[in-house]
Amino acid sequence: MARYLARRLLYFIPVIFLVTVVIFAITMLLPGDPALAFLGEGNIHDKVAYETMRKELGLDRPIPLQYALWVGRALRGDLGRSVRTHEAVLGALAARLPVTLELAAVALVIALVIAIPVGIISAARPNSPVDTAATVMAVSGVALPEFFVGILLIYLFAVWLRVLPPSGFVPLSAGLGANLRSILMPAISLGLALNAVTMRQARASLLEVLQEEYITVARAKGLSEGAVIRVHALKNAMIPVITVIGLQIGRLFGGTVVIETIFAFPGMGRLAADSIFFRDFPMLQGVVLVMALAVLICNLLTDALYAYVDPRIRYA
Amino acid sequence: MTARGGLRTLLGGVPGSQWGRLATFLARVIRTRGSLFGLWVLALVLVVAVTATLIAPYNPNRTIGAILQGPAWSYWLGTDHLGRDVLSRLVFGARVAVLAGAVSVGLAVALGVSIGLVAGYRGGWVDDVLMRLVDALWAFPTLVLALAIAASLGPGLSNAMVAIGVVFTPAFARLVRGQALSVREREFATAARALGAGPLRMMLRHIWPNVLSPIIVQSTLMIPQAIIVEATLSFLGLWIEPPNPSWGSMLRQAYQYIERAPWLSLFPGAAIFSTVLGLNLLGDGLRVALDVRLRQRGTV
Repeated sequence: MARYLARRLLYFIPVIFLVTVVIFAITMLLPGDPALAFLGEGNIHDKVAYETMRKELGLDRPIPLQYALWVGRALRGDLGRSVRTHEAVLGALAARLPVTLELAAVALVIALVIAIPVGIISAARPNSPVDTAATVMAVSGVALPEFFVGILLIYLFAVWLRVLPPSGFVPLSAGLGANLRSILMPAISLGLALNAVTMRQARASLLEVLQEEYITVARAKGLSEGAVIRVHALKNAMIPVITVIGLQIGRLFGGTVVIETIFAFPGMGRLAADSIFFRDFPMLQGVVLVMALAVLICNLLTDALYAYVDPRIRYA
Repeated sequence: MTARGGLRTLLGGVPGSQWGRLATFLARVIRTRGSLFGLWVLALVLVVAVTATLIAPYNPNRTIGAILQGPAWSYWLGTDHLGRDVLSRLVFGARVAVLAGAVSVGLAVALGVSIGLVAGYRGGWVDDVLMRLVDALWAFPTLVLALAIAASLGPGLSNAMVAIGVVFTPAFARLVRGQALSVREREFATAARALGAGPLRMMLRHIWPNVLSPIIVQSTLMIPQAIIVEATLSFLGLWIEPPNPSWGSMLRQAYQYIERAPWLSLFPGAAIFSTVLGLNLLGDGLRVALDVRLRQRGTV
């Protein structure tokens, strides 16, 4: 298991290198001059200040050297300062990451708590009313954009019924109840698509496993259908489900950009959107880097989970 | 196997003339109510997009009545915050959705297929380098990468489509590489190589026709996703070219008036939902029709 994970870790090194290249290239292409952005509109005609700022930001150096300096500083934990607010990027990220992680975690829990049991029931009773309802829910869930779900929920629960706040994040320190009330609508909006995809996958893979010969043998031994599913089918059926959840983590993080913007959440997603609109390139580099690393770490965890569930993978 | 062989693969080896086989194949695709619904939705959206100038009741960018009017006889879907006809804007928004879906996925297919074919056929270090690059692109959350690329390219629908195309490239590159790797080892490929077929001929005449059907299925499933990403980008206000309408930007504007005019959000949202739903169902129908294993099992 350790060797398998070490091999996966080694594989991530070139990928992380290329991720940094892509981030650097994109932010280099961003229109607008970062030195001018740092100086502000008041000093736009001050040539000496402009040249000093370019030097300070390293913009007078060749691009490959700028890249190497950025990576070097990033490895030491220095991601620069925001062009807009002048705060340290790492500090801003550290303050906002917990909000996004909590939002993503609650969305994941909501999605899985519904998706897995419903998927199992659907597969155990194909073409039953539960199965039909679940299929309609799954097919619709995939087709609904997160921001439209968010708007519908705001209208229903905040404007019409007035039972939940329309926007804003209440930290956990202010009380669990208030925190969950503030996070419920954004988490449902974010988790709906994941719920739909996971439900479909759980149903499809369990249906496939239930047609295997060893399941027929288990049934022939006289085991109840519940025991057949629980003891024999479920573990094998869950392998493709883990793959799908792992693949959807990126979508979950991506979705926070629009959901945190709608619900005015002070998280990484909103920071990403703001840094794009304000051409805050050091902040954008930092946010995108952390999000990409988070996706890679989740991929690694998915691989570890695979190896745990399926011994064939770790011994291959 | 040649391009004609590829069509044969696509049509699942059904006997008869080419048109007859195409009809049989289509009948197989629309066997379920879902994919039939999907086909109707696709046809409707295409017709609306193509004939927008003829069927829209008003100029979508002109104020034609009082602001925020509810659905009425003169304005079927009401008017927006500037007194523009919502139905006309919805009709013209279909053009953006169709363009965004088709062009961005077309670009992703072109880039992804080229990368996948070269990586899968050449193998070795070329494969390693290209696939690590694909993995790096895959590591980014789709929306974040699309936002960042679109922002760096500047505003405009064309740049948004390029951004979405680049973001969707890894899905096609991985798919085609996997197929190319397996096709490369098959007997007909070895025979073609023995007869002196060069790399370009091998890729275009022998491997490409064999990867065609998974690409068609993948494209049908990616187009609705591209429509959602485009709508999200315009909802966030990234590529807006005022006053031209897109479903995402209509939702962005409608959201500001959710208390006074909730129906305004409903129409563009329902347009995105039904288009994406229809295309997803059609994609599923195509997948089942092209996959003999799924068809025989009948469980999907």
